[in-house]
Amino acid sequence: MNQTRDSIKDIWGERTPYKGENYPVRIDERTIEEPDHWVQSACVLCSTGCGLDIGVKDGKIVGVRGRGVDISNYGRLGPKGLYGWIANNSPDRLTKPLVRKNGKLVEASWNEAMNLIVEQSKKIIDKQTGLGIGFYTSGQLFIEDYYTLAVIGKAGIGTPHMDGNTRLCTATAAAALKVSFGTDGQPGAYKDIDDTDCIFLVGHNIASQQTVLWMRILDRLAGPNPPKLIVMDPRKTATAEKADVHLDPLPGTNIPVLNGLLNLIIQAGDVNEEYINAHTVGFEELKKTVAQWTPEKVEEISGVSSEKLRMAAHILGKTPTLLSTALQGVYQSMKATAAAVQINNLHLIRGLIGKPGSGIFQMNGQPTSQNTRECGADGDLPGFRNWGNKEHINQLAKLWNVDPDIIPHWAPPTHAMEIWRYAEQGSIKMLWISGTNPAVSLPELSRIRKILEKEDLFVIVQDAFMTETAVYADVVLPAALWGEKTGTFTNITRTVHISHKAVEPPGEAKPDFDIFLDYAKRMGFCDKDGNPLIKWNTPEEAFEAWKECSRGRPCDYTGMSYAKLTGGSGIQWPCNEKHPDGAVHIYTDGMFNTAIEESESYGHDLITGAAHTEKDYKAIDPRGKAFIKPAEYIPPHETPDEEYSLWLTTGRLVYHFHTRTKTGRAKELYDAAPDSYVQVSEEDAAALGIAEGDMIEVASRRGSVTQPARIGGIKKGVVFIPFHYGYWDNPERSRAANELTITEWDAVSKQPHFKYAAVKLSKAKEGVLHKIGEALNMVNDQPQKMEV
Amino acid sequence: MHIGTYIELVQKGQQDSAEAFLLVSAKHAAEPDIKEMCKLLASWSQLLVEKIKPFAEKYSEEKDNEPDRLLKDFFEQNRKGALALLRDLHDLWLMANEANVSAIILRQAAQGLRDKELMQLCDELEKKSERQISWLLTRMKSAAPQVLIAAA
Ligand code: SF4
Repeated sequence: MNQTRDSIKDIWGERTPYKGENYPVRIDERTIEEPDHWVQSACVLCSTGCGLDIGVKDGKIVGVRGRGVDISNYGRLGPKGLYGWIANNSPDRLTKPLVRKNGKLVEASWNEAMNLIVEQSKKIIDKQTGLGIGFYTSGQLFIEDYYTLAVIGKAGIGTPHMDGNTRLCTATAAAALKVSFGTDGQPGAYKDIDDTDCIFLVGHNIASQQTVLWMRILDRLAGPNPPKLIVMDPRKTATAEKADVHLDPLPGTNIPVLNGLLNLIIQAGDVNEEYINAHTVGFEELKKTVAQWTPEKVEEISGVSSEKLRMAAHILGKTPTLLSTALQGVYQSMKATAAAVQINNLHLIRGLIGKPGSGIFQMNGQPTSQNTRECGADGDLPGFRNWGNKEHINQLAKLWNVDPDIIPHWAPPTHAMEIWRYAEQGSIKMLWISGTNPAVSLPELSRIRKILEKEDLFVIVQDAFMTETAVYADVVLPAALWGEKTGTFTNITRTVHISHKAVEPPGEAKPDFDIFLDYAKRMGFCDKDGNPLIKWNTPEEAFEAWKECSRGRPCDYTGMSYAKLTGGSGIQWPCNEKHPDGAVHIYTDGMFNTAIEESESYGHDLITGAAHTEKDYKAIDPRGKAFIKPAEYIPPHETPDEEYSLWLTTGRLVYHFHTRTKTGRAKELYDAAPDSYVQVSEEDAAALGIAEGDMIEVASRRGSVTQPARIGGIKKGVVFIPFHYGYWDNPERSRAANELTITEWDAVSKQPHFKYAAVKLSKAKEGVLHKIGEALNMVNDQPQKMEV
Repeated sequence: MHIGTYIELVQKGQQDSAEAFLLVSAKHAAEPDIKEMCKLLASWSQLLVEKIKPFAEKYSEEKDNEPDRLLKDFFEQNRKGALALLRDLHDLWLMANEANVSAIILRQAAQGLRDKELMQLCDELEKKSERQISWLLTRMKSAAPQVLIAAA
C-alpha cells in the first residue's frame, strides 16, 4: 500500500503556499497494491474534474494518483478521489440484465432485456408518438454517451422529454450564463485563483464540495498577498470559518443580500462606467431596482447585519480583480436564476471578467453535467443551439441528415420535474433512467416512489448497482463504471479530460455507450436516406461526430482529438484553429455571445420564466453586449409558521457524492460519515430540550425522517440535513432528507428548491433509535462545529 | 366623456383577472408551477386594482352604465381531464389580452388629457399584462403537444 496522506483525517493535505504563476505540484496517491501499469483518467466524483491516473494490477483497479501535469489539480486529489474507485471492485455490482417477471426482478440475457425495451418503445410510439417516452439521465456519463443519447432522443424518437439529474445540480448555472452572456460557458479558469485579489463564494461550501479547489485557495491564503475571502452561507461551514466576511442570510433571501451589495457598490461609485457603456445593456434598470435595498432593509429581510454587508460591499467594490463562485445555496433556492445572474452583474458593472484573476464559476454539482448541457442530453440542443432559432435547427438537421421537423423544437424542452409529472399523469409511459438515483435525490420522495410504482409506467434503470431506484424497475441494465470504458468529459472551467478504459467491466455489464448504440440499432433509427442515424461505433468515432456538431459554436472542440487529450493536461475549449491549445478565458474582449444568430436562448422573464420570442429579442438584440438583468425579491412559498416553525436546508458532506451509490461502497468514506443527522442551532436545541445525539423526528408537510441531532454551527431558526442518505444500506429508518422537501422549481432554470422547507422537530421515542444516535456519536469524531 | 366608464372597465378587468388566476391556481394546484405562478400573477392584478382606484374616483363623473363582459364568459363549465389545464390557461390568456388592449386604449385617452399619472399607470398595466400573457403562452405551448397527442 502506498498513500501520501490519510485524506479522511487530513482532508486538504499540506499547504504549498504561492501566488501567481507556477502553482506547485503535489502528487497525491493512494494505492493498495503496487500497480503494474497506470491508465490516464480524471476523477468523476465532483465537478472539479481532477486529472488522475488509475493504477491497475492483474486487470483490477488498485488505486489512483493525481496527474502533476494537469491544470485542474497539479497532482492533488481529495478524499473522494482517493477512495471512490473502491466502488468499482464492490462485490454487489450488477453483472446481468434483470427483467421483472411476476413482480420479481430475475436475471435475463441482454437479448431478452433489449428486445423487451424495443417492443415497449415501438408500442408506445405507435400509440402516442415519441411523446410517450422520457429519458432521465445523469451527470456521470461521458460526452460520447450523452451525444449518442441526444441524437437518439431528438432525431430518432423525436421526444422533447430528455433531462436528468443535472437539472438538480447545474441547470441554474447554465441558465444564468445564458441570461447574461447569451450562451452557456464559464468565463473563468481555475488559474484565476492564482492571481485574484478577492474570492466571493456564494452559497458554495467549496471546502467540502470541491476539496481540491479549496486546497488551491488555502494555498493562496497561506502565500504572499492572500486574497480577501467573502462567504455567503447560512451555516458556519469550514469555508465560512476562513472568511474575512461571512454573510449568513436566512433561506430564500439571496436576492435581497446580492441586491444590497450591488446597491452599495453603485452608491459608492465603484462601477466601471466605461466597461458598462461599451459592453453591457440594462445598467439603469439594475440601478433602479437595487436602489431600495438599503443595508437596513437587507438586514430586516435576510438577517445579515448591515455592518457586514457594508464591509463586504467595500471589499467587492474596491478589489482590482475578483473571482466569484456560486453553487447550490443559490441554485436550489428561491428565484435561483435571478439570484445567480446578480453575481454576473457584479462582475459586469465592475468590468471584472475575461482577464487574469477575474472569473465567475457558475459551478456544477456533478462531474460531467457540463456535457449534458453541451451535448443536449438535458433538454438543451447540442452545441448550445437555440431551440427557437430555425437556422440552428437546420444545422442539426443537416448534420444528422434528418427532416428538421423531427427535432422537437416547438417549445422549451421538457424539464425533469415536468417529465416526472407527465409520468405521474400517465402520458409518459416509459422512463429510461441512466446513471442516477431519483428515488433518493428528487424532492418529495413519497411521490417519486408512487410514480415509479405505477403499473402503466415502464421503467428502465441503467446502473452499476441495485439502487433505491433500480428496485422499482421493469428492466435493469448493468452498466460499466468509470475506469471500465473510454470517453471524455468537461469540468466547470471548460477543461476536457479523457478517461481511458483501465479494466474490463464485471460480468456482462456494458458501457452506457454500447447500450445506447444497441438500442438505436434494434430500433432501426434511420436518416433521410435510409442509412443508420447513428453513424459511429466506437467512443472515438462518437467524439469525432461531436466535434463536428460543436464546430463554430462557443464550445468548439474541433481542435481536440483523443491523441491530443492523451499524455498531458486536460484542454480548455474553445479549441480550434484560432485557439489550438484551448483558451484560459473567454470574453477577453468584452464581446459576448448575445448576437441573435449566436445566442442560445431568446431570454426569459426572470420572475415568471416566460420565454421571450425571436421578435422580442430582435427588438433588443445587443449584438455582443452582455445583459444586465435586475431581480425583484419574491419570498419563498413555504415559510415557517406556528406549527412548522423552522427552516430546513439540505446539502452535502465532504466524504460523499450524490446518493452514496459509489462513495458509500468505499469503506473508509462510509465509516467517515456513516449516517445522516440533523444540525440544529444551540438556541433552538436549548429551546426544544435537544441534546447532542438525541434522535429527533423532523417533519414537514410531505413526510418525516428520524435523525440524530448535531448541535451548533448553524443560524438560529434553520436546520440542516445532508441529502446523501437513502435506504440501500439502511432500510430500517426513514432518513432521506428529500422525504421532507418541496416539489417546486425555479421559473427559469427549473431547478428544484431543496434549500427551504418548513419543518418541525420533536424528540423521537426512546428505544432502538436512541441507540443508533449514541453509536453514531461514538464512531463520528469529525469536528462538530465546523461543518464539512 | 366616457373615460370614467373605461377606467371602471379596466379596473373590473384586473379584478376579474386576479380572481381568475386564483381560481386556476387552486384548481390546478397539483401542477406546482401553475399553483404558485398564478398566485403571483393574481397579486399583480390585485395591486393594479388598488392603483386604479384613485383614477376611478377622479373620473367618476364621466361614466355611463355599460355592462361588463369579462369573467362571466369564462370558466363557466367546470372542465375536467387533461384538456382542462390547457383550456383554463387559454381563457386566462384571453382575459389578459383583454386587459392589455384596454390599457392601450386608456393610455390614448390619458395622453389626450395629458394626465401623466394615468399614463404611467397605463404603462404599468400594459407591461404587467404583457408579462402575464407571455407566461401563459409559454406554459400553453409546452403543455399543448403532451395534452393533445399523448394524454389519455
Ligand atoms: S476535488 Fe472532486 S474531482 Fe478532485 S479528487 Fe475530489 S472529488 Fe475528485
